[in-house]
Amino acid sequence: MTDTAATPDAEVEPEVVPGVPVTIDGREIIADEGELIIDAAERHGIYIPRFCYHPRMTPVGMCRMCICEVDTGRGPALQPTCMLECTPGMVVETASPVTTKAQEGVLELLLINHPLDCRVCAKGGESPPLDQTVANGPGESRFVEEKRHKAKPIPISDIVLLDRERCILCDRCTRFAKEVAGDPLIHFINRGNDTEVNTFPDDPFASYFSGNTVQICPVGALTSATYRFRARPWDLEAVESTCQTCAVGCRMAIESSRNEVLRYQGVDIDPVNWGWLCDKGRFNFEALGSEHRLREPLIKQGDAHRQARWAEALGEAAAALQAALDAGGPERIGVIGGARLTNEAAYAWAKLAKGVLGTDNVDCRLGDSLPAEAVLGLPQATIDDACRPGGTVLYLGPDPKEALPVLYLRLRHALVHDGIGLVEVTPVRTSLSDHAAVVLQHRPGEVHTAVRALLHGIPQGQDAGGVDPDALDAARARVAAAAEAGTLTVVVGTQSVAESPQWVTDAAAALAEAYPQVRFLPLVRRGNERGALEMGLAPGLLPGRTTLADGAAWYRTTWPTVPGAAGLDTAGILTAAAAGQIDTLVLLGADPLTDFPDRDLATRGLDGARRIIALDIFLNPSVLQADVVLPVAAFGEVEGSTTNLEGRISLLNQKVTPPGTARSDWEIAAELARRLGSDLQVASTDDLWNEAVAMAPSLDGITLELLLSPDASDGVVAPLPAEATPVPDEPADDAADAPVAATEPDEDADADSDEDAEADGDSEPTGPSTPPMVAFSAAQPLDPPALDAYALRLVATRKLYDLGTLTQASPSLAGLTPGTVLRVNPYDFDRLGVVEGQTLRVKSPRGGVEVEIVTDATVLRGTAAVHTNQPDVAVNRLIDATQPVTDIRIETGGAA
Amino acid sequence: MARFSPEHLETAREIIARYPRPKSALIPLLHLAQEQDGYVTDDAMRHIAELVGVTPAEVLGTCSFYEMFKLHPVGTYLVNVCTNISCMLCGGEELLAHASERLGVAPGGTTPDGRFTLEEVECIAACTEAPCLQVNYRYVTNVTNDDFDRLIDDLAAGKLDHEVPPHGTLARVRQHIPADRTAGIVPVAEAAVEPAWMHANEAPGAGGDA
Repeated sequence: MTDTAATPDAEVEPEVVPGVPVTIDGREIIADEGELIIDAAERHGIYIPRFCYHPRMTPVGMCRMCICEVDTGRGPALQPTCMLECTPGMVVETASPVTTKAQEGVLELLLINHPLDCRVCAKGGESPPLDQTVANGPGESRFVEEKRHKAKPIPISDIVLLDRERCILCDRCTRFAKEVAGDPLIHFINRGNDTEVNTFPDDPFASYFSGNTVQICPVGALTSATYRFRARPWDLEAVESTCQTCAVGCRMAIESSRNEVLRYQGVDIDPVNWGWLCDKGRFNFEALGSEHRLREPLIKQGDAHRQARWAEALGEAAAALQAALDAGGPERIGVIGGARLTNEAAYAWAKLAKGVLGTDNVDCRLGDSLPAEAVLGLPQATIDDACRPGGTVLYLGPDPKEALPVLYLRLRHALVHDGIGLVEVTPVRTSLSDHAAVVLQHRPGEVHTAVRALLHGIPQGQDAGGVDPDALDAARARVAAAAEAGTLTVVVGTQSVAESPQWVTDAAAALAEAYPQVRFLPLVRRGNERGALEMGLAPGLLPGRTTLADGAAWYRTTWPTVPGAAGLDTAGILTAAAAGQIDTLVLLGADPLTDFPDRDLATRGLDGARRIIALDIFLNPSVLQADVVLPVAAFGEVEGSTTNLEGRISLLNQKVTPPGTARSDWEIAAELARRLGSDLQVASTDDLWNEAVAMAPSLDGITLELLLSPDASDGVVAPLPAEATPVPDEPADDAADAPVAATEPDEDADADSDEDAEADGDSEPTGPSTPPMVAFSAAQPLDPPALDAYALRLVATRKLYDLGTLTQASPSLAGLTPGTVLRVNPYDFDRLGVVEGQTLRVKSPRGGVEVEIVTDATVLRGTAAVHTNQPDVAVNRLIDATQPVTDIRIETGGAA
Repeated sequence: MARFSPEHLETAREIIARYPRPKSALIPLLHLAQEQDGYVTDDAMRHIAELVGVTPAEVLGTCSFYEMFKLHPVGTYLVNVCTNISCMLCGGEELLAHASERLGVAPGGTTPDGRFTLEEVECIAACTEAPCLQVNYRYVTNVTNDDFDRLIDDLAAGKLDHEVPPHGTLARVRQHIPADRTAGIVPVAEAAVEPAWMHANEAPGAGGDA
């Protein structure tokens, strides 16, 4: 203080530098307000060793490894730098003799009981204690006594193994389980020298996020059954990529050895996953190396498939497409799927289907997603927007823990640690319900009724979809205040596969109308579903969030053709196929028999289609029916880009080669186009992206250079913010044949509609301009049909582990499907004369299944809740995709 | 065995109601479980977890931290013989050896009839009366081998039942806190008025009419 105050120079600078000036190892740095010493040092290139500190969790100062000499003006003292915030004038010595001696002492102490089996330990090579010892550790231990011995390894879950001898009690895994995942199923047990991390007896660490503890364990105490003894870190090569298991888009590293993917590791990006992965995403790499992967093209011969050469298979496929065109035109072709594709492959397939074949019967969704117009057209929010401290989230969607696990982690963090408010509108309680300020539980199919009552009050003489009026009042005040303050984010997605997505879309429409300033985070579930929608793999859309009507003229400048009218969605394609109106059906990594909510329609559709071409990585039930099966390269085997549910575009990288002769989806599209006498005019994924950027309005400016630049390491949210943000145009009618506005992007902002642009007169008719992006407009709201007194309305939700192809092809995950029971309110139990635990036949107009029935007081009266896509109970046999809701009856019958 | 009996469950709910957060009742409930079964069973821990809204692993974490919660069956009488410095100097180790011989079990063991468990303990803070031991945490001091034999005989004969209740018993008369003196499950930050207990010791009038 005296020294610095004495120098007159300090007085000369009157500017107040924001931040906290501290001196670390003689370097004067500016730390952020409230920044921990360990973080400030690292940000300025000084690494302080640590085992327990993790930037995404509360510091606990457990391991003492980060201890340094810190002088806060009262003389230097040894302090844990992970527990101490920077204060002005602080002097930190990270390498002084005192610090070094202290750290060496800590390390020696920590290693007293830690086995030195580094050469056989799975962590060897990436172990902080080992690195620390090699770098500056004591190298020798004075401890000559026998180390602690315990049985090892002990499984603490189906995937995670625990070696208690190696544990240094850093509290990372237990902190993660409690703070981050909210599954405190592992805990410190016993005391003192006997302390160990463990589970309750026979109560495994069955968390969807258990794999993260393996990644953050600083020693080899927690190892995964999938990686243990498979490789050493120095054998591994890694590339960064983005997980394609669900639409959250967690950044991850793909690590492989000898052309075999051996593990995924979470990579910390701030806007999305914070380094976490769910176990489904982390461990389904096993499916990539599965011996059941499709390796060669197959052609159906009789009831079986025979192996074929690519030339023959592609010829057959092209002939099938040509035959459909010849027989009745492009409407006789349907394309289902595409959520597994990269953005580039999705563009290639959109171009092939819509631009070459000319069919608009294209849908990347499987009947259980929001309409494309809602996903693309609602005012967009990001995950960060929804999680911003001080905000309020209105949540109408699936249980995020089951559908989009890492989004759940982000929301949970915001709810538990940042105190955001949550109003949840849901037919069944979800993992968020316990954290919600208000839960509005409504009858299935009446979410829009509940939301309208939330906005406008309960209409006289009616009820609000079964929602408790008091809860509604509490929620109304909260939501209105947040909307007023501009802190409301609406998260919207489909709540149940047993009902039409129309209900929740209506609800979103009502909200968008009532609060024009509020932004939405529309939830899609499948890997690159958002990217496929952006690339136009949905009826009525063209790449870049533009409608067929608006964009036809623009795309005709580059594409050979453009469909004349909007086509069919997946349900429509399957219905048409069942009626014999689809000659050739293309399955782009889709398995409608398993994944489409309505098994009956899917079966009839696949049976009715004259020819089926399937591009897939496994021979799943739907692919088995295909006439031509083309094996494709999977995640980690192709490069390109992907789009997460926020519209965030990030790069996918290739790490290994595809099995057999499998090709990437876009190459197949290009080959088919060539065989159909056309040409996609692309020779690489880069070509595809460049063309997409040139054509698609929403991708304007998102060039390959931008995506590859360091600024884009967190991905780029499309569209880029425009300087002058154009007000979303009113949907222009008949843009198709109208000569349109100028090509300069600046002018677009002014061009309100085609007619206005013409009236402007300053635009030469040089050609069609970039079309406007789709705006979401509400459909006419309907009311669900009345429920008869003996029926129950079904809510069918997904679980994380289901019969999905990748999960079932991953041995570690395949057995984790929980199965399902039918949950019914106790009141209905008595009313219908059902006995707890009875297995009974449940029927809907569509079909019937046998299922065990149990009481659950959290299920509303008149409602039955079930998990879909689980073994043994084929819930998709009950659902009629053409109906707005699914009503079931329990056949109690006479006692047999 | 195992989960709380209906009477104990009622007591458990009463205990939980005393605290602003249910989780705070964890240790009293573990005592209650130990009183019921003589040790804390896995099922009791699961039951406690349900009652206070935590996971069984968290209950185990707390329970296993405390030496006085037993996770395995112990005898009706838990005999803790001190062998720490004062007792050691005054014959604590010899006493333990004698005890072991008399009961026929090594320290840590339980007699086959399930009546006695012998434990060696660190200082139990009765150094002036060394060597000393505890039976179900009741002190016996200045113990000779003969004293020990007599003690065991008396316990076995039931002569000390009025002094030494079975292991796990906390109290013979359970305290019931009247409703107006409980804190109630309201987080302190959200409580509209200060809970009654904060003012319980304040004199009702102005002066001190005891």
